[in-house]
Amino acid sequence: MGSFVQWLIESMFLWKALIIIVIFAITLAIAAYSTWGERKVAAYIQDRRGPNRAGWGGLLQPLADAGKMFFKEDFIPAQADKWLFILGPCLSMFTALMSSAVVPFGSSFIIGGKEVFVQAIEINIGILYVFGVVSLGVYGVMIGGWASNNKFSLLGAIRAASQNISYELAMGMSIIAILMMSGTLSVREIVLQQHGGNWNIFYQPLGFLIFTICAFAECNRTPFDLPECETELVGGYHTEYSSMKLGFYLFAEYINMFASSAVTACLFFGGYNYPGMDFVERQLISGLGANAGHNVATLIGIGSMFTKILFGIFFFMWVRWTVPRFRYDQLMNLGWKGLIPLAVGNLIITAIAILSGYKLVGIWVGLALMVVLISIVWSLRPKKKNAIMGA
Amino acid sequence: MQNILNLPPIWYTFAIISVLTLFGALGTIMSKNPVHSVIYLIVTFFSISAHYILLNAQFLAAVNIIVYAGAIMVLFLFVIMFLNMKEEADEMKNNKLVTAAIVTALLLGGILIIFLRRAGKEKVDTLGFNSQTGMVEILGQSLYGEYLLPFELISVLFLVAMAGAVMLAKREQGERHF
Repeated sequence: MGSFVQWLIESMFLWKALIIIVIFAITLAIAAYSTWGERKVAAYIQDRRGPNRAGWGGLLQPLADAGKMFFKEDFIPAQADKWLFILGPCLSMFTALMSSAVVPFGSSFIIGGKEVFVQAIEINIGILYVFGVVSLGVYGVMIGGWASNNKFSLLGAIRAASQNISYELAMGMSIIAILMMSGTLSVREIVLQQHGGNWNIFYQPLGFLIFTICAFAECNRTPFDLPECETELVGGYHTEYSSMKLGFYLFAEYINMFASSAVTACLFFGGYNYPGMDFVERQLISGLGANAGHNVATLIGIGSMFTKILFGIFFFMWVRWTVPRFRYDQLMNLGWKGLIPLAVGNLIITAIAILSGYKLVGIWVGLALMVVLISIVWSLRPKKKNAIMGA
Repeated sequence: MQNILNLPPIWYTFAIISVLTLFGALGTIMSKNPVHSVIYLIVTFFSISAHYILLNAQFLAAVNIIVYAGAIMVLFLFVIMFLNMKEEADEMKNNKLVTAAIVTALLLGGILIIFLRRAGKEKVDTLGFNSQTGMVEILGQSLYGEYLLPFELISVLFLVAMAGAVMLAKREQGERHF
C-alpha cells in the first residue's frame, strides 16, 4: 500500500488528475457566467440594465436559471426514439467539454523537482485532436433532431449539420496555413514558437479572419444561428426538448465559445505568452528563488491566457448584439464560394512567402496583391440582371 | 484462470476495445432501424481508432476519426434521415445477393486465414523497433519521399472525383431550383 501511495506522489498521475479537474471546473464556471455576461453585454449595448435581482448585480442569476432548468418537467414525446433523444444532448455536452483537453493554459509548474505542464494531455497531434472533436460536435445536434420525431426538429438538425460541415472545410484550411508556418501539430509547440511577441496573427491576418468566421458558424452563434429560427423552424433541433436536456444544448454552446476562444488564443494570440514575460520571470526568479519564481511567472502567464479567452468570449457576444443574421443561402454562398477560395489563396501565399524566406513581408505583400487582383476581377465581372443576391 | 490474471495491462485494454468493436459491428448489421445502424458503425470506427492508438499510430487514429466518423458517417446519417426508410426490405429473397454475400465471405475468410498464419511466422524485433513509426514526422517523410508518386497520383484522382461530383450536382439549364 505504501509503495502505491509513493507511486501516486512520484508519478504525474495525481497532478494530471488535479489539472484536469480544475480545467473542467473552470470551463463550467466560465460557461455558466457567460450566460450572465451575455445578458449584461446585451443590456449594455441596448442601453438597459440586464439581470439585477438575484444577488449583487444579478450575479446569482446563473444559479437561479440552473435551478429552474432542473425543476421543469422533463418531457419525452411519445413517438420519439427514447434512447437517442437522451443521447443527443449528452453527446453535445461531451464533445464540447472534450475540446479543451489539449489546450495549454500555462507553461509549467515545478513541484518537488518535477515539471508539470498546465495542460490536460500533451500529444503531438493536438490540432488534429481539436479538429476531430469539432467534427464530432454535429452528432449531438443531428441525433437529437432526428430522435424528436418532429419535422421542424429534423429540418433544424439538417440545417445545423450542413452548416457545420461546410464551415469545417474552410476552418481546416485556415489551420493548415498555421501548420505550414510552425511545422508541428502540437498546440504547445505552436504556442512556444510564438514566444517574444511573435504572434501568428501578424503572419496570418486572413487566416485569422477565416478561422474566426468559421468558429462563429461552428458554435451556431449569431450571425450564423440559422438552425434556430422562430419564423421558419420554431426552435430548430431542440423544439421538443425541455428541462435540463434543453439546458445541456444551450450550455454546450457556451462551452464551445470558451473552447474556441481558447484555441484561437493559442493559435493566433500566443497562448500564455505576453510582452515582457522573460523580464518578469527573471525578476521573479531573482526575487523569490528559481522554483517559486518560475511558478509565480507561470501563474501570471495563465492570467494572460485567461484574459485573452475572456476577451474572445466578449467578442462573440459583441458580434451577436451588433451584426444582423444571415439568410440561409447567403450563409452557404459565403462558406463555399467565399471562404474556401480565400483559404486556398491564403495557403498558396503562405507557401510562397515561406519558400521566399521573407515570411512577414511576403505574406503581407501577397495578401495586398490578392486584394488588388480580387477587386479588379470583381469590377470586370459581367453584371447579372435580376440577380437575387450578389455574393 | 491464473493465466488470465497475469496478463500485462495492455492485453486487458485490447480485449475491452475488441469486444466494443465487435459489439458495434454486430449492432450495425443486426439493428432494424438504419439510423441505429449508422450510430453502431460510428461506435465501431471509434473503437478501431482506439486500436490504432494501441498500435502507436496516433496520426492514423485522428485521421480515422476526422474522415470516417466526422465526415463520411455524417453524410450517411444525413441521407438516411432524409430517406426515412420504413418498409421491410425484401432483399434477402434475392438469390444473386445471397450468392454474392457467400462468395465475399469466403474470400474474406481466406485472406484472414492467410494473414493469421503469416503473423505467427514473422516475429517483430521488439528491441530494434523504432517507436516513432506511425508518428506524424515519419509518416510524412515516407509519404513525401518514398511514396511521392503514388501520393500525388491519388490526389489527382481525388480532384477528378471532386470535379465529377460537382458536375453531377450542378443544376442544368431549365431545371427547377427545388
